[in-house]
Amino acid sequence: MFLAETGEEMIANIKPDMTIKEKYIDSLKFALYCMTHPLDGFWDLTHEKRGTFAAANTILVLTLLIRILKLRYTSFIIMTVYWEDLNIFLYLASILFPLSLWVVGNWGLTTLFDGKGKLGQVYMATCYALTPYPLIQFPLMVFSNFVTVEESQFYSVLSALSLVYAAILVVVAMGQIHEYTAQKNILFTVATLFAMLVMIFILMIFFSMISQGVAYFISLARELMFRI
Amino acid sequence: MRNNNFFIKTAAAVAAVAFTLFAPITAYASTEYGYTYNYDYWGDVQESADFYNVCKVFTSSDLGLDVKLKSPQGMFLYRDSIFICDSGNNRIIELKRNSAENLEVVNIIDSFKGGSGENTFNNPTDFAVSEDGNYFIADQGNARILKLDKDLNFLLEIGKPDDNTLDPKLVFQPNKLVIDTAERVYCIATGINKGLVKYENDGTFSGFVGATPVTFDWTDYIWKKFASQEQRAKMVSFVPTEYSNIFIDHEGFIYATNGTAKGEDLKAGKADAVRKLNLVGSNILVQNGEYRVYGDLYFGSGGGYEGPSQFTDVTVMDNDIYTCLDKNRGRLFGYDDQGRMVFAFGGNGNMDGYFRQPSAIEHYGHELYVLDSLDCSITSFVPTEFGNLVYDAIEKFDQGDYVGSGDAWREVMNQNGNYDLAYIGIGRALLRQKQYKEAMRYFELKYDAKNYSKAYKQYRKEWVEDHIVIIVIVILALFLIPSGIGRIKKIRHEIDTADIFVSGRNG
Repeated sequence: MFLAETGEEMIANIKPDMTIKEKYIDSLKFALYCMTHPLDGFWDLTHEKRGTFAAANTILVLTLLIRILKLRYTSFIIMTVYWEDLNIFLYLASILFPLSLWVVGNWGLTTLFDGKGKLGQVYMATCYALTPYPLIQFPLMVFSNFVTVEESQFYSVLSALSLVYAAILVVVAMGQIHEYTAQKNILFTVATLFAMLVMIFILMIFFSMISQGVAYFISLARELMFRI
Repeated sequence: MRNNNFFIKTAAAVAAVAFTLFAPITAYASTEYGYTYNYDYWGDVQESADFYNVCKVFTSSDLGLDVKLKSPQGMFLYRDSIFICDSGNNRIIELKRNSAENLEVVNIIDSFKGGSGENTFNNPTDFAVSEDGNYFIADQGNARILKLDKDLNFLLEIGKPDDNTLDPKLVFQPNKLVIDTAERVYCIATGINKGLVKYENDGTFSGFVGATPVTFDWTDYIWKKFASQEQRAKMVSFVPTEYSNIFIDHEGFIYATNGTAKGEDLKAGKADAVRKLNLVGSNILVQNGEYRVYGDLYFGSGGGYEGPSQFTDVTVMDNDIYTCLDKNRGRLFGYDDQGRMVFAFGGNGNMDGYFRQPSAIEHYGHELYVLDSLDCSITSFVPTEFGNLVYDAIEKFDQGDYVGSGDAWREVMNQNGNYDLAYIGIGRALLRQKQYKEAMRYFELKYDAKNYSKAYKQYRKEWVEDHIVIIVIVILALFLIPSGIGRIKKIRHEIDTADIFVSGRNG
């Protein structure tokens, strides 16, 4: 009841004359509302223009930051890191690459099937849906330093919860911004996952073709240099 | 003559050139892998200070034997005597150990007195002495186990177990045996995979103990369901594997090695390279190390050797450290009672400390004796200063001298900073001395989560007990201050809107 009231209040609160800073803070706060009221929140995100790209980027950066901080500050009881083998860029890519594949794949598919969301809106909504990850993982990271092996079960349960929460939010967000029914939404979630696989396949072919093409010209140049 | 000289000179020049060309390469190869190594938490190979040094390699001529050793299979150490089964020459040689560098032949046993039938041996593969001093011989070629007294008088002959499940055509081939304190015989026989054959002290067969669990892949199982009778016959059958060797430790537990397990089974924990059997034959070997007990962690083929370590013998010292002998790569692996690797060294080759086909290992105190059946030699190893320090630290901890143990581990750490057991050892010693914070630091360095948790639990308890007053105050404050503020606000509000004041003003 209380939350619903504040929600209405927030919608009623839209002021057209907000400064950029106010708008940014308001849109960042709105991520919390999206987390607790996904259906309502993600609808308003695009339709009422409550979200901003600045806030979406902030959430994404926070997610990446927490992911890196976790490496260093999670207790070794839960996570041990083999620093010699760690490539921080690859590690960041493990979030960024699937995210971009998801955004492009989802937009590419839904735009053909009555999806109302634009590419930017898909990106914004997906980033907003990541909110639970930094929000749950950060306290969890601190908490991990105060547990023993037996108590570390709490950690893994809560950690898994943050991922499931974010995944559910992503799915719901897509349904809302494209104005899809639940059925159609689930169908297109599966289709998007499939599209991601296709894109990976094409990328792999593309890169191997490029490398072979480059190798061809290099050998050609070598041959020329050899003869001349 | 001149021609000859010329050839020699050329050969010398070629050799010199070859040496200068290849020497740096070989030097590099030898520095890449040291003699002694260990694995750290990540499973990376860590060079280690040498744990054992070769004291001496005894060949037949060193021992002064007229007939050279031929394919010796078994070795047994009893008090000051080392018995070697010179299987190829059908005899047993008793050596007296004067010191690690002085073994002396005192007796050559090739026949015994009394008994019916043959009173010589045919391919004896193992030998054991009971606590009462009776000799037990696995006389493989004659399909029997012999029990003799110490003056070589016949006492008992044990034959094939009378068990209905055994193939009647199977020839009894006892391979390895151990004797417990009650003179019961446990024997490994070729072709019998139901476990160890157990005989009572009067020679009656009393059952099989400790068969290895059968491992199979579910895909194999499904294939087998669809295969025809002929196809099925060609497939590998799911049967327990035979043990390769046994050893009975000072507490009467039998350690059995399995030399034929597959690498992936060992890694997955489906097969055991070493098992410690209790009286009913179940495996009670503790495997608390980061990696299970199976010797080398990486099986990459190289130098003509591939696949996992194949343990062919094991010996258990009084401090419960057991050393396994790998015939695949000619290495020795020591493990402590928790199943953590203490040392690994050795290799295949002709140099001292390397083996061609090691077949048996025994210990005398902390010294190790390894029998090589192809090289026909015995190598004696004595612990280095580093090795002695580690043993000292482990034994002091077992005796309850935690301060001494911690000091010894610190010295070990000074000599070899890559030795994980030293850090954990210091931590455990500190934990016993109730220095939890310090102990936690050492456990964290080597990722020992279990011990860290033990220390941390105590540390947290102490911390809470010390700070209980502050904790209570903080908790109370967290609850009282917000409710207090709420109450004050409420009172103010009531005062502001109270009737008396309102009406008073009006009046």
